[in-house]
Amino acid sequence: MAITLTDVAAERIRNFMASRGKGVGLRLGIKTTGCSGMAYVLEFADDIEDDDTVYEDHGLKVIVDAKSLLYLNGTELDYTREGLNEGFKFNNPNVKDTCGCGESFNI
Amino acid sequence: MALLQISEPGQSTAPHQHRLAVGIDLGTTHSLAATVRSGVPEVLPDAHGRYLLPSVVRYGAGGAPQVGHEAKDKAGADPLNTIASVKRFMGRGIDDIRKTVKKLPYEFVDSESAMPRIRTAAGDVSPVEVSTEILKVLKTRSEGSLGGELSGVVITVPAYFDDAQRQATRDAARLAGLNVLRLLNEPTAAAVAYGLDRGSEGVHAIYDLGGGTFDISILRFSRGVFEVLATAGDSALGGDDMDRVVAEWIMQQAGIGDDVGHGQLRRLQRIACDSKEQLTESDSVEIVADLETGGQWRGWLTRETFNALIEPLVRRSLLPCRRAMKDAGIGLDEIEDVVMVGGATRVPYVRTQVGNFFACDPLVDIDPDKVVAVGAAIQADVLVGNKPDDELLLLDVIPLSLGLETMGGLVEKIIPRNTPIPVAKAQEFTTYKDGQTAMQIHVVQGERDLVSDCRSLARFELRGVPAMNAGAAKVRVTFQVDADGLLSVSASEVASGVQSSVQVKPSYGLTDSEIAQMLRDSIDHAQDDMAVRALREQQVEADRSIETIESALAEDGDKLLDADERKAIDNALEALHAARIGSDHRAIKQAIAHLDTVSHVYATRRMNASIRKALTGHKVEDIDI
Repeated sequence: MAITLTDVAAERIRNFMASRGKGVGLRLGIKTTGCSGMAYVLEFADDIEDDDTVYEDHGLKVIVDAKSLLYLNGTELDYTREGLNEGFKFNNPNVKDTCGCGESFNI
Repeated sequence: MALLQISEPGQSTAPHQHRLAVGIDLGTTHSLAATVRSGVPEVLPDAHGRYLLPSVVRYGAGGAPQVGHEAKDKAGADPLNTIASVKRFMGRGIDDIRKTVKKLPYEFVDSESAMPRIRTAAGDVSPVEVSTEILKVLKTRSEGSLGGELSGVVITVPAYFDDAQRQATRDAARLAGLNVLRLLNEPTAAAVAYGLDRGSEGVHAIYDLGGGTFDISILRFSRGVFEVLATAGDSALGGDDMDRVVAEWIMQQAGIGDDVGHGQLRRLQRIACDSKEQLTESDSVEIVADLETGGQWRGWLTRETFNALIEPLVRRSLLPCRRAMKDAGIGLDEIEDVVMVGGATRVPYVRTQVGNFFACDPLVDIDPDKVVAVGAAIQADVLVGNKPDDELLLLDVIPLSLGLETMGGLVEKIIPRNTPIPVAKAQEFTTYKDGQTAMQIHVVQGERDLVSDCRSLARFELRGVPAMNAGAAKVRVTFQVDADGLLSVSASEVASGVQSSVQVKPSYGLTDSEIAQMLRDSIDHAQDDMAVRALREQQVEADRSIETIESALAEDGDKLLDADERKAIDNALEALHAARIGSDHRAIKQAIAHLDTVSHVYATRRMNASIRKALTGHKVEDIDI
């Protein structure tokens, strides 16, 4: 299993990285907050830590720390548009249920 | 499933704590909103993909007002209820509007309050309320785009907006339910969009040629602050004028007379505008105009001809540029960049002419319609806390000096213009007359030396000052401007501790051209102001001398002076009275000095007499020295 990017997501990340002008890749993770247990982290990465796993997809480095990987393995990161809003979406096979707003989830 | 954006390392927010912020360019003809998404600033389009919202609001009888394109389309059919360019009326009194706008397009209601109201089918509305409707639409659009409630917004205003106009803008935002993080000067926003605030310190020119107005601002960036060195402009020059000259050219070529109908004129201007836009890319454009007689006229407009047509307009814009440079005291070689703002700066001829004038390549990479909103969005993103702490926080400055009135109608500046806020400054003042127990504090704003040339912001009184000799009381006046730009002034007498204060809610009533004029005048009239100040100061001094001597003479003049001495003093007094009326400050000064000299003996005798009186009946050993 790996972390993958959809074509659209890869394209957007590439653009965002280019205009930011620095960084080694994209960091995906989880943290334990929110109304339903855990929440996703989506950040630019400037460094790669020792316990990180690095995936290469569409020529981009996707970085996940060891603990988060337990919850994220098999996730596909997508970029979609819903009405006027647009942004990234985690298609995570590990998730059992999410809170109403979908910002946090449970395994 | 909520959609996520990429954050800076370590800046991920907890769920439901996303700090959404937008920058809003609340323009005279168009308004728009932008935000920073995953580190990239972008403007927010509406459901039809249009990002410019016409700043037009139509009030129909019953129902919510229409805003934007819908309202603009109805402008011709329903002119009295369709309010456009309301920004020109923001923060201004009805008298100012009547004075400056010759032909008012709307019916203004006479009302008690200083704030003008416009009569519409849906009732009377104020300019602030009209702006609120525009902001509400942008708020809804932003929240739809970002998927949540906005934490805060940055709204841009012209650099020459004074406190009243800024406050009116703030009020409009509050009514729309927006939290204003900061108002940002439009030229500053444009500079931020190009990242000039991250570059080296230096002087930048912002050339803003919009649809109907032209503004040039000279900014200096130093120590984290963009200082507005000078602004100038032409409130009746813009891209619309280019359309007009092209339309006139078509009429001339096609043999259409001046008596053409209104609808036909509008169509021709539409064609002219399209041609202008096409000539940005191509060297020539074919024009097809329907004639009222039924036929058609076809012709080619080359870029060369177009350039010749608009040449006088572009030249007109360079005049204020020259004036701004002169006002700022800046040489052409000191300008590092020219930022192009406003749709009309897409015209290649404008770019080359402005480039030639400032002897550098203008910055044109960012869409000139969006650049101000983009700068505001970047600033909003920093202010709302989505950036690491080390990002430079752009400070706001006071646009016009704040001060108070002193004797003689002179202004004592407490906080000079371009001071970064928040700021607090205090100064001590004293009483003018013996036994004075109250003091009036008159807060004014402006660059000139006379109160009558500045604008009055507030008046309040400090009462209960202990009666003392003139000049003995110490009154400390503190001016404080908070981060929101709100001014509070307090005065306290140091010995007794009595105090009084006021929060300045600026009274509406100054026109924007007047404000730009105020800045210009302060430079044009520097010499006059200096002379007037010198004169007023001597007049105040003369009044005090006269008052002192005359009250003394009334008391004991006959007792202590012989006829000749009395005559000499009376003559000197008369001479001073005469000089006081004149306008030669040196003559007044001499007359005061003369009065001092001839009354010297009298003053000594009065002193001795009062000591003698005090000592009468006391033994030497009783005197405690």
